[in-house]
Amino acid sequence: MKPFKELTSCAASLPRDNVDTDAIIPARFLKTIARAGLGAGLFADLRRNPDGAATDFVLNQPPFDKAEILIAGANFGCGSSREHAPWALLDFGIRCVVAASFADIFRNNCFANGILPIAIEDAATLAALHQAAERGEEVSVSLPDKQLRFGNHTYAFAIEDGRREALLEGRDAIATTLSRENEIAAFETRRAQAQPWLN
Amino acid sequence: MAPRTLFAKIWDAHSVAEQEDGTTLLYIDRHLIHEVTSPQAFAGLRASGRRVRAPQATLAVPDHNVPTTERAAGIAGITDPESRLQVEALAANCAEFAIPHIAMEDLRQGIVHVVGPEQGLTQPGMTIVCGDSHTSTHGAFGALAFGIGTSEVEHVLATQTLPQRKPRSLRISLTGTPPAGTTAKDLILHLIGAIGTAGGTGAVIEYAGEAIRALSMAGRMTVCNMSIEAGARAGLIAPDAKTYSFLEGKPLAPKESDWQAALAYWQSLASDAGATYDQEIVLAADEIAPQVTWGTSPEEVVAVTGRVPDPKAARDAAQEQTWQASLDYMGLEAGQAMTEIKIDRAFIGSCTNGRLEDLRAAAAVAKGRKVASHVSALVVPGSGLVRQAAEAEGLDKVFKDAGFEWRDPGCSMCLAMNADKLARGERCASTSNRNFRGRQGPGGRTHLMSPEMAAAAAIAGAISDARKFL
Ligand code: SF4
Repeated sequence: MKPFKELTSCAASLPRDNVDTDAIIPARFLKTIARAGLGAGLFADLRRNPDGAATDFVLNQPPFDKAEILIAGANFGCGSSREHAPWALLDFGIRCVVAASFADIFRNNCFANGILPIAIEDAATLAALHQAAERGEEVSVSLPDKQLRFGNHTYAFAIEDGRREALLEGRDAIATTLSRENEIAAFETRRAQAQPWLN
Repeated sequence: MAPRTLFAKIWDAHSVAEQEDGTTLLYIDRHLIHEVTSPQAFAGLRASGRRVRAPQATLAVPDHNVPTTERAAGIAGITDPESRLQVEALAANCAEFAIPHIAMEDLRQGIVHVVGPEQGLTQPGMTIVCGDSHTSTHGAFGALAFGIGTSEVEHVLATQTLPQRKPRSLRISLTGTPPAGTTAKDLILHLIGAIGTAGGTGAVIEYAGEAIRALSMAGRMTVCNMSIEAGARAGLIAPDAKTYSFLEGKPLAPKESDWQAALAYWQSLASDAGATYDQEIVLAADEIAPQVTWGTSPEEVVAVTGRVPDPKAARDAAQEQTWQASLDYMGLEAGQAMTEIKIDRAFIGSCTNGRLEDLRAAAAVAKGRKVASHVSALVVPGSGLVRQAAEAEGLDKVFKDAGFEWRDPGCSMCLAMNADKLARGERCASTSNRNFRGRQGPGGRTHLMSPEMAAAAAIAGAISDARKFL
């Protein structure tokens, strides 16, 4: 996983609530056994008309077709557990999603793939950020400082320490857990005695 | 010890370690996998030279894009090469890592969340995960069951654990007795309408109250299934005599002395009197009528006796916009009676409503009637065993005589990954769980409802109050 530290980019504004994972990547793009190449399916039904022609969707318009930051409304990523959603974002080049709030599984999946999800609960700040993004202004994110900056705004965002460290180091969560192998084995021994029917 | 909730009891019993970062390393008792969200996890294991820690705690079954017709040729008969590749990859990965696998040709094959309970894999007090959000279904047995992403699938395969931050606890009590003709699906749709699709975010919902206790296991699964549509991580219902009798004798359920020991443990799995929750919601079930969604989010739902809402009545400008966009997509007018809405297709199936009881309920409406001439209607059993049991009761005949198509098991038109999908602009009465734009095919329009209601809609050719058919 690629470490995440600092990022400065224009930001694509998608001022909608409840953007679901079927919108982020429709099911027909899930028929792959690889992680790469899913960018083509990102927001496919919003980026293309039924006849295949490009729409005026924000990610089709320069400079936002190169945006590394996506800004949305509340409950972003609701719906299915498909990790194809963050894979598609990543493949397109999005490394940070800012929203009023996130659906749980999607948020977990972001961290697992080196995407930083930032929740901005303050409606006025989020609205100002959308406006700045629409004007094409640059947005900066610093994970070490836990700050998001745009125009003359500085917003301090919250993130769990463990999540932050793992992102900063690009650390593989499995390796971290396997360092507790002894404790896992001890748990299994205890469980085998207490609940033998689970073996 | 202080009184604890059911959720806290299961959580505490599975804590391997409390970690410095505030997460709990949670032991996972059972892991279900399917063909869509697992291939990249196996690729990851291979790339890092890791093994599967507990293959026997894992069960694989293909479901999302298996075809529901022409199954005789097996995997080779899947015409879509990408779907075939995923189903083949699942079989090959399971063989390589010694994971029990119910193959596509197996009679027991079906939707992973129908198969788990049916095989007795799902048991009270367990932690269960699957790379699928509707893993919440298994909470109907008093198991802590939640959906995970593919990186987490890989994590569980390699370690049989997951680092998790403890969700908040939310008890939702449905009090009273629902009117006749109101089903589990109506209860959960109404509830989602009341609390919204983000109402349960970050929470494990424990469902309680008379209306929940009165539900059958199938009904409880329907309710827990759609917890995710309320934004929750999981849904949970304390086990009781119905749970135990459902499980007794199932292939993977505990046997003999294990059964006695398990039963004693399961009986300790209820929230203690005086246990506190982070949030409590109480809803009266006595006046909930059959529900139908009108929009493109499960919270956009009304009683079948109601009307398409007017965006002008929305709570704020943002919701007004959302509602208007939903109406435009759905091709509906504000104020239209729900029962005036004509449909083109009907779909009875999915992990929400693809069990025997659901098919019986739909068949009771369909019996002796005919599907409207402009409607094409599909019945897709949740598993091969459901299909077999339904056929033993003659339900297939009831459906076929009425003009429904009777298919082989799978996810089918719930998510349109196989050939079963809506054409652009087509309107479907569906027993599935998501009415997102394009969920049942690009441009398709979905109205979520119960099996009774979907069968009634198929026959009337328009959304109808199923109570008039009973
Ligand atoms: S039936 Fe639908 S919701 Fe259930 S597992 Fe299959 S695709 Fe997912």
